[in-house]
Amino acid sequence: MRGQEARDQAERKAIMATLAQSPGDDIARLWSDAGLPSEAELLRGPETGLVTVRGRIGGGGAPFNVGEATVTRATVRLPSGQVGHCYTLGRDKQKARLAAIADALWQEPVHREAVETRLVAPLRAALVEARDRRHAETAATKVDFFTMVRGED
Amino acid sequence: MEIAPQSIEGGFADPVFNAQTVFRAVMDAMARPGSVQALPAFARPPAPLAATAGAVVLALCDNDTPLWLDPALQAAPAVKSWLGFHTGAPLANTPPDAHFALIANPAEMMALDGFSQGTQDYPDRSTTLILQVSDLASGTPLLLKGPGIETSTTIAPAQMPRHFVEQWKQNNQRFPRGVDIILATADSLACLPRTTRIKTMEA
Amino acid sequence: MYVAVKGGEAAIANAHRLLADRRRGDRSVPALRLDQIVEQLALGVDRVMSEGSLYDRELAALAIVQARGDMIEAIFLVRAYRTTLPRFGYTKAIDTGAMLVERRVSATYKDLPGGQLLGPTFDYTHRLLDPELAAGGDVAEPLQRESEAEAMPRVSAILAREGLIEPDGEMSQDHIPGDITREPLEFPMARDIRLQALSRGDEGFLLALGYSTQRGYARNHPFVGEVRIGEVELELDVPELPFAVPLGSVRVTECQMVNQFKGSAKAPPQFTRGYGLVFGQSERKAMAMALCDRALRASELGEDVVAAAQDEEFVISHSDNVQATGFVEHLKLPHYVDFQAELDLVRRMRAEYDARENPAKVEEKREAAE
Repeated sequence: MRGQEARDQAERKAIMATLAQSPGDDIARLWSDAGLPSEAELLRGPETGLVTVRGRIGGGGAPFNVGEATVTRATVRLPSGQVGHCYTLGRDKQKARLAAIADALWQEPVHREAVETRLVAPLRAALVEARDRRHAETAATKVDFFTMVRGED
Repeated sequence: MEIAPQSIEGGFADPVFNAQTVFRAVMDAMARPGSVQALPAFARPPAPLAATAGAVVLALCDNDTPLWLDPALQAAPAVKSWLGFHTGAPLANTPPDAHFALIANPAEMMALDGFSQGTQDYPDRSTTLILQVSDLASGTPLLLKGPGIETSTTIAPAQMPRHFVEQWKQNNQRFPRGVDIILATADSLACLPRTTRIKTMEA
Repeated sequence: MYVAVKGGEAAIANAHRLLADRRRGDRSVPALRLDQIVEQLALGVDRVMSEGSLYDRELAALAIVQARGDMIEAIFLVRAYRTTLPRFGYTKAIDTGAMLVERRVSATYKDLPGGQLLGPTFDYTHRLLDPELAAGGDVAEPLQRESEAEAMPRVSAILAREGLIEPDGEMSQDHIPGDITREPLEFPMARDIRLQALSRGDEGFLLALGYSTQRGYARNHPFVGEVRIGEVELELDVPELPFAVPLGSVRVTECQMVNQFKGSAKAPPQFTRGYGLVFGQSERKAMAMALCDRALRASELGEDVVAAAQDEEFVISHSDNVQATGFVEHLKLPHYVDFQAELDLVRRMRAEYDARENPAKVEEKREAAE
């Protein structure tokens, strides 16, 4: 694979991850603020199904099935013909539809920057902030061991 | 590889009702072996996969049903990605691993006993074969008897495998194990469950 | 002969209507909202997700309300719902080493990399009921502490460096993980299938069995190598994309239980491990699961199978509370015909017994009847 293609793929995947992690309400609000086009033909879904979550024995050994999680997916086609996909945990169909459109728009050079700066960047900032806050709150419960000196000498 | 647009189009327009209609047709055809159930073209799969066979797979297959494709379909990447996108069914590496087998060219197909026959405890684990045929009237007439058939009935599917009637006798002898067959034409289907006994009319 | 009896339709409909009324309770009390349950009864929601084997907070919360707080009924509802959904696939195996950790403690190493993080724990609370909570007072914001993100390797990796612990449970490269939701249980079973059954198993049942191993019913001297709780990311391979698609994160609890092992003909003295992994925050369940996992490895490790917790068929066949409740609770449904047959049988046996033991009395009875 050429370098540019690999970078594009990694970036597309990162955007899908941000959309999947973000609340549907936030996506819808930013979408209308950014004035992104939402016209698209639904090729599949939005439909809700299951994925089976796999863990590993002992944490790093052979895989085993832990249980299922709800996932909603959508595939859309823009009037331009560009196709976009989304899979996201939960049952929010509106979110899956918008995220699939975002994926399609991002693949079109004319829309890429708007998707990145006006939709994905604010979502990502909110996720990073939440993550940092949770990390700092957990860090405050870290045990600092100290040794009590007992007896003489 | 990004999937080609032709592999994304041509699925059920109305997934729930289309799937239910196809399922109903298959169920009725299995319950009344040899009866011909007409079906509209709900699916538009890439060639050489035909509409009815494609619709049956969309209705019956999902991520939990390994699917085997005959060499004619194996050689068509568009068919593989169409099936992958619309059903999520994994492709079986070998015929005995398959819950369903899709056969575009029945005249050349491997022997019935090459597929999973199920086990004595779980006879339902056998492979269900979906055979794509041009029609159910121009081939060798087959006289059908057995459960679901009041006296006897006849169909004459075209392009059937060589020594089919002999192979089917052996399939009967493996009961309760054995394969079931769905015959799909362009606009209809009929079924041969393992309980059906077949004689050729000529004999 | 099978006799079908019809009737009771009106009674059933009215009973369900009464159930709906009692579920709602006093109308002057505000109705519970699902987000209140998700936020404020989070561990109950987690239990329903874990044993219902479906990660979806809102559905679990709905099930809890619908079941009036009866957890096993709620788990049953979730299990029933999940059968209505198609399955898109199996995720890539989660990496608990890359978890966004919210709690992580080890009972075996004080100073392990990443440290001991207590997180939102009941440990060290005084278990005194708090009247202020009943009054609904304000709650202080949690404190924050700046710290660098620090790698938090699983504790098993530390012992592994000395070669004193068995490796993670490996299976042959081409082993496809078994799936109890698709294949009937068969004994003996591989460890991957056992773990799937344990992960959805009843917390109370596994807790009792885990406890029994500590009390001597199966030789076992466990330490919590590590418990960690936090979010892990999920990814799914799909045919239409050239990379694994990210789905979002789920919270899980993982427990590595470390057990001394004196060695056998098959393996040198070392530490062996039991493993627990469950949806949500539930370290009691993860620990009990790890104890049971280790006990169930008795045959594999050449130990004598002497206790209930080591008996695979016993543990796995009875760990599912939906199956268990279905079979126990069905006893209250009409068995009129069954029972009539039994009644006839007992009457006949009694008559034979009386005729044999006390012929005079039988004679008296007959005369009295005449």
